Amino acid sequence: MPVQDISDNKAFLTEKVIKNYSGIFDKSSLSRIASIRRDTVDRPVIYIGTGTCGIISGAKSTLDKVRKFIAENKIEASIIEVGCNGFCSAEPLLDIQLPGKTRLSFHNVTEDKAEDVLNSALHHTVQADLVLGQYRQAGLEEWPNVRLIDNLPWFSLQTRHILKNAGIISPASIEEYIVRGGYKSLYKTVLNYPADKICEIIEQSELKGRAGGGFLTGRKWKIALDTAGDQKYMICNADESDPGAFMDRAIIESDPHRVIEGLAIASYAIGASQAIIYVRSDYENPLKVLEYAIKQAREYGLIGEDIFGSGFSLSINIRRGAGAFVCGEETALITSLEGQRGLPKSKPPFPAEKGLWGQPTVINNVETLANIPGILENGPGWFKSMGTQSSKGTKLFSVAGKAASTGFIEVPMGISFSSIIYDIAGGVRDGNALKAVQLGGPSGVCIPPAELDTPLDFEALSGIGAKLGLGGLVILDDKTCMVNLTRYFIDFLQKESCGKCIPCREGTRKMLDILNGITKRPKEESAHETLERFKGVVQLENLAHVISDTSLCGLGQNAPNPVLSSLKWFREEFEEHIFDRRCPAGVCHDLRTFYIDVDPCTGCNICQKKCPENAIIGSVKMPHFIIESKCTGCGICFDVCKFSAIYFK
Amino acid sequence: MEAIFEKYSLKKPESLIPLLQEIQEANGYLTDEIVEKVSVHLNIPTNRIYGVATFYDQFRFKRRGIFHIRVCRGTSCYLCSSSSYLKEIEKLLKVQDGSVTRDKKFSLETVNCMGGCSQSPVIRINDTYYHHLSVSDLGEIIRTLREKSE
Repeated sequence: MPVQDISDNKAFLTEKVIKNYSGIFDKSSLSRIASIRRDTVDRPVIYIGTGTCGIISGAKSTLDKVRKFIAENKIEASIIEVGCNGFCSAEPLLDIQLPGKTRLSFHNVTEDKAEDVLNSALHHTVQADLVLGQYRQAGLEEWPNVRLIDNLPWFSLQTRHILKNAGIISPASIEEYIVRGGYKSLYKTVLNYPADKICEIIEQSELKGRAGGGFLTGRKWKIALDTAGDQKYMICNADESDPGAFMDRAIIESDPHRVIEGLAIASYAIGASQAIIYVRSDYENPLKVLEYAIKQAREYGLIGEDIFGSGFSLSINIRRGAGAFVCGEETALITSLEGQRGLPKSKPPFPAEKGLWGQPTVINNVETLANIPGILENGPGWFKSMGTQSSKGTKLFSVAGKAASTGFIEVPMGISFSSIIYDIAGGVRDGNALKAVQLGGPSGVCIPPAELDTPLDFEALSGIGAKLGLGGLVILDDKTCMVNLTRYFIDFLQKESCGKCIPCREGTRKMLDILNGITKRPKEESAHETLERFKGVVQLENLAHVISDTSLCGLGQNAPNPVLSSLKWFREEFEEHIFDRRCPAGVCHDLRTFYIDVDPCTGCNICQKKCPENAIIGSVKMPHFIIESKCTGCGICFDVCKFSAIYFK
Repeated sequence: MEAIFEKYSLKKPESLIPLLQEIQEANGYLTDEIVEKVSVHLNIPTNRIYGVATFYDQFRFKRRGIFHIRVCRGTSCYLCSSSSYLKEIEKLLKVQDGSVTRDKKFSLETVNCMGGCSQSPVIRINDTYYHHLSVSDLGEIIRTLREKSE
């Protein structure tokens, strides 16, 4: 073998680091690795989280400010853009690492605060109100009186394997991924194992698909491997169409090479030489990150022709989804890739036997693939040691809605809802009471506080009629109207129904009509609409069962879930809407009844002038009154009153 | 457009969606002429192209305004009352979801999710994101943008 010039990092990393089985390095290599890992820095390093959550919070302005500050003060410092560490409500996050000292993290550093934070940290003092914590780094001097970041409630209960690099490394640097053990599993795989052995290892680990179905990933691969085909395809589903879930986006933005490595191993295992990553088109930043990462991996020879001289070749292409919820469904995704409307097909045949262009195709989502390098590195036994009887490993969840802290987390399977909500996310925002947790996207279920001790795994959840889905948790507080929220979900699903099969297309429409009838006017009980509304309500549950039993794909089969779960656990609220025509949370605007409080009313006449129904009477400078039978509940009077004299029940 | 066609010179039917995506990016929106040209290029009937283009949310047949406002309607944003923001914008600009103001300055669209659920409610105007706004801030933002465009 010719002697490799390892003066540049690329050769050093591919020859010396990836191929080093023992993990034992000589001294010069160790110091080189430490400098790439940034365990030791020779000048200050400033890290800014520029994932989508950071960008939304204003990280780009912070970044500009930091650059300007450094240029103006002629400070020699490096600026590194990182992804997100998961604590999204603390974005924009700004970290500073001074030579010899541990990395210090600051939260909510908006543009106006950046200068102060930098100024004090560079002078070795800490802005106490903005500091989040410091990282645990052996051998470096700790900052006095600053807590360790892994002691924060948000992080202390997590088990971070997929997210171990998130927010720490630069997603634009393949080098950092490699020195943290990256691409070693791929190397091991393609040189040492035949494809069926990899399928076996993954099956032994009992890894189940993280996109909801819960099918054993290894078994799916084995089916595709054993099916004869001219050209097999491996597809990474990064469509993540569930509103309220954003873990896949976060993994891609924070640690894209983990996904690419997982995808490459999966492709090898099923015998595919072509892989496609199907990314949502709204995900502009993840797209950019991924494109760059693939380019880097190609330059390093980690994908492309004849990887590590093993004879295995792989090309990875990115395809942008054009925005259709149904394309999260495997068969619909495939038809979309074939250039058609994303309509699902009936299964079987499953894509693993007959998928893209009729060839064996495996579709795994981002999180499933991100698990793969870890399993091959540490063995299936390691993976199986985490989690519960029916569900192994760790799972990512995103926490959004009315939680005190929001973001994404990685926890062992089997943790309970209550420990995520109360111990990790710090409960409900503004001290409000928790009403329910919504799990699994629009076709998921709302789980009441009484069921919060349910462990989050496939088996226990199906016991209460729920599905894990992608793992998006949305926290609902007591100001939420469950009927209105159910209506919102059905409205969403009705719009996103592809229209192929009748139960889903017509059924969701009918469910929406019924729910609209409940949440909208007329309020009086004598009209024809009332009779129709009531007939609908009687049929609602029955209709829901018919839709879930007869629909073609997962979208339709799961579409009635929000209705069924809300009826099961929040029936009183439905009854209150139907019988009393009242929305206890005050969210269903049409059901509000307005009154005028005579004391604060000055008789200014504005409400009377603005009322489109002439439902307000009263003379100038005398208190006014609303004629209830004429009032349509539009709320204009409430908006225009300057004296807060109008209230509603 | 010729350059984009050249990129997809293999005329494979699966190129339809990426091709339309790139044309829309360059042109801003799709037109009947574009559909006809694509039909000739890929040898796909116009009705099928129109069928595909109207199936997906991403494709539009209307020009955008100078400022394109996107209001997120994802679950988390919906809970954080994104609909009141939508209503306020509709009131301020006198446009409906999916349309453009008469002076062609503003267009309004609702989107399913921007992936910023932890920051909800999220509104995006061109490339700038706004989050945790109060409804009354919207008037000020729109006024500034309108002045900027004059």
